Amino acid sequence: MHGLDAAFSALADPTRRAILARLAHGEATVNELAKPFEMTQPAISQHLKVLEGAGLIVQRVEGTRRPRRLSNAGIEAMDQWLGMLRKALATNYDRLDEVLAGMEKQRRRKKR
Amino acid sequence: MSKMTLQTEGDTQLIVTRRFAAPPEAVYRAHTDPKLIQKWLLGPEGWTMPLCINDARPGGKFRYEWTNGEGRGFYITGEYLELQPNKRIVHVERMHLPDPTPDNHIETRFEADGAGTLMTMQMTLPDAKTRAAMLATGMERGMEASYVRLEGML
Repeated sequence: MHGLDAAFSALADPTRRAILARLAHGEATVNELAKPFEMTQPAISQHLKVLEGAGLIVQRVEGTRRPRRLSNAGIEAMDQWLGMLRKALATNYDRLDEVLAGMEKQRRRKKR
Repeated sequence: MSKMTLQTEGDTQLIVTRRFAAPPEAVYRAHTDPKLIQKWLLGPEGWTMPLCINDARPGGKFRYEWTNGEGRGFYITGEYLELQPNKRIVHVERMHLPDPTPDNHIETRFEADGAGTLMTMQMTLPDAKTRAAMLATGMERGMEASYVRLEGML
């Protein structure tokens, strides 16, 4: 239960969601993350700490580098999130199916 | 039957495909006629589009406004770059939340597919960060919907 709560509050912040999305493309160091997000390293580190605490990302040690990547839970969160977009789009297109069916009915009525 | 596909491509693109049981002329019209757009481009249950201004010609502008009927809303503005009737629409758009998001460049193609249509929508964001932010916005709205459902259950 604690894990789920931590993940939920970690994901409530838009910057952390964006960091997670960035890490979906592959691992990155604090430096690499700070640049595109136009944030200071300490600010990014703070966000990474929260994501790490929630079990959404993990770090690897490679000499002096500490690249972060998504954990299994992080990958699952990303899948869910694409799933939400998929659902919103699918709902729209199901409605469009009905609109198209209505247009076809009207066209037939006109023809007669 | 899975009619829709959604996938990320490279760092900056999102590609959506969907098949429809209507000819390209009808699907194209449903994407350009404001009265028809208002009926389906609504997102999650409970949202409506009270304002739909759409000037579907090259250089023409559009503005879509959504509301959830409980004081929450947002809008999108955009411009048409190219229109090939019944075949292809190229436009740019941005969301106003209320600050505008970076431009999303969208090419939508409609191809005859048997008696129906195969639609392919390719969204290109300026960079990986913007695409991530866009997905994150979608997630935020999805999360809100989950919260509302949760509230309903408690």
